[in-house]
Amino acid sequence: MINAGAVVWAEGAPVLQEVMPATGVFSLIWLLIALPLFGAAVLLLGGRHTNKWGPYLGVLTVFGSAVIAVLMLLGLMARGAEERSIGQSLFTWVFAGRFEVNMAFQLDQLSLVFVLLITIVGTLIHIYSLGYMSHDPDKRKFFGYLNLFVGAMLLLVLANNYLLLYVGWEGVGLASYLLIGFWQIKPTAAAAAKKAFIINRVGDVGLSIAIMVIFVTFGSVTFSDVFGQAGSANEGTLTAIGLLLLLAAAGKSAQFPLQAWLLDAMEGPTPVSALIHAATMVTAGVYLIARSNAIYDRAVWAATAVVVVGLITIFMGAIIGSAKDDIKKSLAGSTMSQIGYMIMAVGLGPIGYVFAIFHLLTHGVFKAGLFLGAGSVMHGMKDQVNMRRYGALRAAMVVTFVTFMAGYLAIIGIPPFSGFWSKDEIIHAAFERSPIIGGLAILAAGITGFYMTRMVAMTFFGKARWEDDVHPHESPAVMTIPLIILAIGSTFLGMALLFWGNIETWLEPVVGFATAKSPISTTTTIALSLAFVIVGAVIGWISYARREVPIVAPRGSWLTRAARQDLYGDAVNESLVVRPSFLLSRVLIWFDSRVVDGIVNGSAAIVGGSSGRLRRYQSGFARSYALSMVGGAVFVLLALVLVRLS
Amino acid sequence: MNTFPWLTALGVLPLVGSIIVALLPKSRPSLAKQLALLIALATLGLTIAMALQFDGGSAEPFQFTESYSWIPAFGISYSVGVDGIGLVLVALAATLVPVVILAGWNDVEGDSSKGSGSVKGYFALILVLETLMIGVFSATDLFLFYVFFEAMLIPVYFMIGRFGGPQRAYAAVKFLLYSLVGGLLMLAALIGLYVVSANLTGTGTFDYLSLVGLDIDPMTQRLLFAGFFIAFAIKAPLWPFHTWLPDAAAQSKPGTAVLLIGVLDKVGTFGMIRYCLPIFPAASVWYAPVIIAMALIGIFYGAFVALSQQDMKRLFAYSSMSHFGFIALGIFVFTTIGESGSVVYMVAHGLSTAALFLTAGFLMQRRGGSSMLGDYSGVNKAAPVLAGFFLFAALSSLALPGLVSFVGEFMVLLGAFQRYMFVGALATLGIVITAAYVLRVYQKSMTGPLASGLEGMADLKGREIAALVPIALLTLVLGVFPAPILNVINPAVNQLMTTIGATDPPTTLTTSTSAEGTLQ
Repeated sequence: MINAGAVVWAEGAPVLQEVMPATGVFSLIWLLIALPLFGAAVLLLGGRHTNKWGPYLGVLTVFGSAVIAVLMLLGLMARGAEERSIGQSLFTWVFAGRFEVNMAFQLDQLSLVFVLLITIVGTLIHIYSLGYMSHDPDKRKFFGYLNLFVGAMLLLVLANNYLLLYVGWEGVGLASYLLIGFWQIKPTAAAAAKKAFIINRVGDVGLSIAIMVIFVTFGSVTFSDVFGQAGSANEGTLTAIGLLLLLAAAGKSAQFPLQAWLLDAMEGPTPVSALIHAATMVTAGVYLIARSNAIYDRAVWAATAVVVVGLITIFMGAIIGSAKDDIKKSLAGSTMSQIGYMIMAVGLGPIGYVFAIFHLLTHGVFKAGLFLGAGSVMHGMKDQVNMRRYGALRAAMVVTFVTFMAGYLAIIGIPPFSGFWSKDEIIHAAFERSPIIGGLAILAAGITGFYMTRMVAMTFFGKARWEDDVHPHESPAVMTIPLIILAIGSTFLGMALLFWGNIETWLEPVVGFATAKSPISTTTTIALSLAFVIVGAVIGWISYARREVPIVAPRGSWLTRAARQDLYGDAVNESLVVRPSFLLSRVLIWFDSRVVDGIVNGSAAIVGGSSGRLRRYQSGFARSYALSMVGGAVFVLLALVLVRLS
Repeated sequence: MNTFPWLTALGVLPLVGSIIVALLPKSRPSLAKQLALLIALATLGLTIAMALQFDGGSAEPFQFTESYSWIPAFGISYSVGVDGIGLVLVALAATLVPVVILAGWNDVEGDSSKGSGSVKGYFALILVLETLMIGVFSATDLFLFYVFFEAMLIPVYFMIGRFGGPQRAYAAVKFLLYSLVGGLLMLAALIGLYVVSANLTGTGTFDYLSLVGLDIDPMTQRLLFAGFFIAFAIKAPLWPFHTWLPDAAAQSKPGTAVLLIGVLDKVGTFGMIRYCLPIFPAASVWYAPVIIAMALIGIFYGAFVALSQQDMKRLFAYSSMSHFGFIALGIFVFTTIGESGSVVYMVAHGLSTAALFLTAGFLMQRRGGSSMLGDYSGVNKAAPVLAGFFLFAALSSLALPGLVSFVGEFMVLLGAFQRYMFVGALATLGIVITAAYVLRVYQKSMTGPLASGLEGMADLKGREIAALVPIALLTLVLGVFPAPILNVINPAVNQLMTTIGATDPPTTLTTSTSAEGTLQ
């Protein structure tokens, strides 16, 4: 319950839902997580014996979770809105003094939509990987890691407390680390994996300390306890928690200033980029903030910081996406940018949460489709990722082209494709907060139109710029069927969720909802953003479809060059953090051996009477000498004791 | 109810075993190994049987107590018993000994260099050491504790000095001298404590429970505390008493390093909890700021030195030093969560050290014993199982949530944060550097193209896997379900908090007044 007198800066904050016991199909919440983890255990520990059937088991476990998830959706829909939060507690996990954390789950309207996204998109990507990874000798391991990821991600969204969420949070980070470095024989892949993990650890510092503040303040880290008391905490504390959680979110969701790992993460196999680095894991930050709405609704400065971080990243991602010639990196920039929209939206409060999650779902589907489409292109182009070496592929791979176009129209927000509905709602809400924020969000939509058109033009239109030995071909059905399903989702999911699913009413009990009181009408927002998108798209079309695309990239403006360098994210980290750390490390190594140990050896030498003594201990009879010292010392001191005490 | 002398039996079994192993003919090395393993497993079995008898709800300070008068003139007795803290550490020792024996099966065979010991000698020393480790964690008489504490040096000295690397003699002597200095300080403090007890009660005693209740004046407490603490800080080791450790670790056999860092060094942090805090509560509070500062420095100092270390064994040694900083931090913030966390951390660190040193040992053995990172690359390609265990060990060392090391580390950090917000927050930054140095080792050694000379490198054999699996399982199972250890640790910690008169800071919401938890 929200205490009376609670300071809520935004209207529409939810009332805490009562948690119902897990009965019927809901007694299987644990199984949602356990199934893929079981798959991972079998695949990773089973060794070569499981090579043959292992990948299929991997698909089946995730599919099994998806089936349970759909049954749970039906179950929740059959219940009244006030009975849709369900808890299941297995055992007490960590406890000491007043600290008590349960191994317990909470399934509600918010976690369920994540569970559905993770398991359904996850199943499709598992199936696609059967084809994409068919020739990889380590295919079994790949499916093992993917299963591990799905299990951890489900734990993340189903945990009923922050500490258990942390386990899922780090679990998906581990899976991400393993999968980015999947081809770790390539030093770049291994380095990218490590980089992702370490930057995420910076975010983890935020999460760790946030959990500590939460416990010290509320005496519990369980969501229902914390949110129920949020109204009684002072705003400074809530702001601190909000900012710390934002740091965590920035790490996991590749938001400024912790964005630098995502582009390198494209070293991983493409299905990984689709599942982990586009559809699900990178949206965990959005989940974290939306879940913690009771805190942000009472900490206006923390929420504002969320908006600012989102807004900066929208542009960083879009600019990087516009400059990259590597199709996956361009898509990665786009992902940063789109997640920036979601982060910005959750920072808007109850007018934004619902639409952030809405966009997260549609984006999860269309971006997965785009990544898998890119993978299909690479599959037919001998793993070429440079779009300057593509061109005119629409005839050679029709299914890939058509499905990619569905994703394209969805992401740039052309009605009635799904991205249109979700993105426009966010932009509209942004206008209520400030016309500047709204205006910037519209401008970024224009850039989206540009870079996505550029990508489509360079890949599917224009002249063929293929390398000599490349013969593009369509991918097998096991890959194109997931593409088709995702394309259908890219087309209809937005309308389905909005008109049939009533996503606002569905999510409102968890995250709250208020209609944005925008200074401009919905129609104006739509017209404005469509105009910007079309202008962007036309510029992109003229520059990359009408004009010849040079095979060697031209030098470009300073902005293009900066964007190719990921806007100097690495350079900043390198010079501000990495190099100073290693310098400090070398200084300390010197200090330790010369100064600290030097003093020790020096004083030992003084005690021993000459500096050569210690060195002489190394000779053969040093051992007996030293042993006699122990004995002697003990003997002498015992004697002293006797003398003194008798 | 318990009349069976569990702890004595537990101590005597490996001792008898070691004598038998030592008496075997030199020509039967494999018999010596088999027998040693059998004894170690029997000891483990006995430990498990004992642990199952342990009553977590008991109001008694110690269980499985035995007491026999030894030197009545000085109030010295052979008294043993364990609380939950002692129990988990005894169990840790009993678990790691068979693992180390199995892992080090062939470690001493190839050594025919001058001055190195025999196969049976190494295994006999391990068993002697096990007896002493069990003794040191279960002594409830301070003199007895001291005897075990000092006697442990002897087998370890020989294990390093006889069975170590090329610089082993230097490392062994350095270890010995350091420990002797600590031991002498402790002895002096011990005598002082005896005198104080004699003055306060009329009859001097070394009995732990009698000493805990003494009302020692603050100045004396500070002096005596220093004697004990420095001995423990050298053993642990805490910054700046650490420089013996990298040398000792680098020159030791992997098994020796595991027992040294995984168990023996815990005697230092165990000593702080068991002796420093309850006997000298006022001095503990008085010294706490200095010790917390040392712990914090140690956390970062160790981590940064590890960051660009080229020698893996030294790197792990410095990483341990960083971890010991966390443990000491948890102890000296005087919160229930911090103290419990420290003990969990000790167990977790024992396990992760074992995993790390043993896996690295298996790796180095495959390349002529080199511990230089530069000699390795791309091992994952040739030996995926080894690489898998290495990664697991690395993740355990960086306290991945879901593993027991996370439970310990988070509790320590939370306990610290509860008492001193900025100390806890600052220490939390350590998790970034830990990840950086640990993953750097994995990246350099296991990924990339296979280093030349490693082609056809053999993956882990059955025996090696058998040694690592129990460690990995415990790390994972206790991470998901730490109740078995928390159930015995927590009552002991609650008792400790009562003894030293500390209370936890209240949560800020439940108390509108600014009532602070007290230390005294």
